Amino acid sequence: MKKLHKIAAVIAASAMAFGMTASLNAAEVKAEDAQIKAGLICLHDENSTYDLNFINAFKEACEAQGLVEGETYFITTNIPEGQECYEEAMNMVDRGCNYVFADSFGHEDYMIEAAKEVPEVQFSHATGTKAHTEELDNYHNAFASIYEGRYMAGVAAGMKLNEMIAAGDITEDQAKMGYVGAYTYAEVISGYTSFYLGAKSVCPSVTMEVTFTGSWYDETKEKEGAQMLIDAGCVLISQHADSMGAPTACEAAGVPNVSYNGSTIAAAPNTFLVSSRINWAPYFTYCMDAITAGEAIDADWTGTLETGSVELTEVNEAVAAEGTADAIAEVQKKLSAGEVKVFDIDTFTVEGETLSSYLADVDTDADYTGDTEAISDGAFQESSFRSAPYFDVNIDGITLLDSAF
Amino acid sequence: MNKGSLIHISRRKEISWWRAWLVRLAAIALALILCGIITFFATGLNPISFYAAMIDGSFGTSRRIWMLLQNMAILLCISVALAPAFRMRFWNLGGDGQALMGALGAAASMILLGDKVPNWLLILIMTVAAVLFGAVWAFIPAFFKAKWNTNETLFTLMMNYVAVQLVAFFVIIWEVPKGAGKIGIINQNTNAGWFPQVGGSKYLLNVIIAVLITVIMYVYMKYTKHGYEVAVVGESEPTARYAGINVKNVVVRTMVLSGALCGVAGLLLVGGTDHTLTTTLIDGRGFTGVMVAWLAKFNPIYMALTGFLIVFLQRGSAEITTMFTLNQSYGDIITGIILFFVIGCEFFLNYQIHFRKSHKEVA
Repeated sequence: MKKLHKIAAVIAASAMAFGMTASLNAAEVKAEDAQIKAGLICLHDENSTYDLNFINAFKEACEAQGLVEGETYFITTNIPEGQECYEEAMNMVDRGCNYVFADSFGHEDYMIEAAKEVPEVQFSHATGTKAHTEELDNYHNAFASIYEGRYMAGVAAGMKLNEMIAAGDITEDQAKMGYVGAYTYAEVISGYTSFYLGAKSVCPSVTMEVTFTGSWYDETKEKEGAQMLIDAGCVLISQHADSMGAPTACEAAGVPNVSYNGSTIAAAPNTFLVSSRINWAPYFTYCMDAITAGEAIDADWTGTLETGSVELTEVNEAVAAEGTADAIAEVQKKLSAGEVKVFDIDTFTVEGETLSSYLADVDTDADYTGDTEAISDGAFQESSFRSAPYFDVNIDGITLLDSAF
Repeated sequence: MNKGSLIHISRRKEISWWRAWLVRLAAIALALILCGIITFFATGLNPISFYAAMIDGSFGTSRRIWMLLQNMAILLCISVALAPAFRMRFWNLGGDGQALMGALGAAASMILLGDKVPNWLLILIMTVAAVLFGAVWAFIPAFFKAKWNTNETLFTLMMNYVAVQLVAFFVIIWEVPKGAGKIGIINQNTNAGWFPQVGGSKYLLNVIIAVLITVIMYVYMKYTKHGYEVAVVGESEPTARYAGINVKNVVVRTMVLSGALCGVAGLLLVGGTDHTLTTTLIDGRGFTGVMVAWLAKFNPIYMALTGFLIVFLQRGSAEITTMFTLNQSYGDIITGIILFFVIGCEFFLNYQIHFRKSHKEVA
């Protein structure tokens, strides 16, 4: 009896193996067609404001190309920053995709692995830093000059602070903002610094405290971080982490919130002020058009106000100070015209000194040391040597409460 | 007896092997039908294309088959590693932590010695480090169990969290660039410490190693004195002691082996395929492995089958969510339903249900 038992198992196992080899030979490359097939790989799902921003833009761009979800374009969510990303990128290739995009910083290395393996498929990656030195024809980075968007949102925040000061709710010295960040690298530092400088441009006495969660999506930690800042006397909160944690904490405490990645007004109607976001649709469209036309995609693409990549949501008039929308429009004009520079070295100091020279870490090397002089024409030239941010200076007025991450 | 109750449950004496397999197949078939029905009503999708996508997700291309085999190999390696401990009724829930520590050992070697020693030596060091780290992580709870009779379930479980925190700590130390919270692919340009490709596939070597370990452990458990001692300790500790077996020794020795093999699983992930270190690297396989081993009654050949079923479900349901634009949780629901049936059917293999109307049988 026991023998038979075993034999059955062996037969079953070998049948399985045969089945595998059979399909190994049968299922191979599907027919090549000139049509675009696109795939999007997301770190989290639509509950994350960051990923939702990509998903919406991707759907919009794909549908404008006449693509259909599940047939000619695909979205995979909750892909961690590990080998899973490589596997999913290859899965996209197996689905017949000729354009694959991954949305998270930590996806980069795995996208490069996939790009090396399948040269005929174009791979794009948001926020990455390596494409301009990797020298792969089919691997591309993209980001946007979102520091301009953050700056404009900062103007709205500064005006709100001025309103509070004028109403006597706070004194000038109490104009302290709080910021919940994910990690301590350039993308986040550049973001909160430009936001702070925007606020400072209209409210000179403003200061800011920053806390970090060590995760891109941790609702509890983001909520607690925002609450801690509020308890510490911050009268306005912004964030660069992707859950609804900070906006909901602000709504509960009645503290104005400047959001990121898109409007959070639905969850925070009484405290949402304005949000900056990168609109990825122009980049997706640019890539897909290039593939259709048989043209090369830039190794490193920076979206701007002009390309429609940097956007502000509508101002929530119920919360914002009077005239905010007009002021933002005015600043936007000046930014576009180059009259206002976000990282103008006359507007900030580092340890009391003007930052007249700074070697930024633009090219990826083993040591991650500075290699490029980033200051010229009286300003730090963010996103001009590569798309991903490299401003990683701690300026005066901003206090980091912790920097474990 | 039991005349009052409507249902009477009794233990089965023996069930013929073909009936047992019929019951199992029927359970899977029933589960699939139920999934089809639920899918149809929840999403309006045609159940046939639903199953087709599941199969396509696992077998659709040669690459997918390789990934299936790779995932089976790692799961099998961990299951086989855990089996001896469970065989002797030592509830080792620390497979995740032991494998993660193995991964930490391998990754540390790659990062710290990547450009300092020749590749063959580096791989040797990685192997030693992974085995050692995994073994130590299992030795600690085993030692406490043997010495002070601590609760091994809680102890091994807690060791998982310690391992995760340790890895999180080192990720921050080795992160690139500073502040990004991730290590990325280790030695991506030099490939130092990467296992060589066998037969043109990056997955084949892992599969071969996992199969080898399975065969060796099968022989070890079945035909060696050590394996016999493990079985005796598992059946009855007093008997083992009476027979002159040093139970404490067996516990510690077997756990060290268990942890070392989990460490190898971590090594295969870091050196063979993933080439990175993250806190989620093991992905709960230390727990899934327990289920695989239990369902297979610790028989390595069956473990390959149950492992296949679980990996197939994972990959298949992931494909469904992408192809039919469902939330990822839907894939988990499907996997849950099928596993519920598979585990549930074991009840019917061990027990018999009698309804009251068959008075004669009850009497």
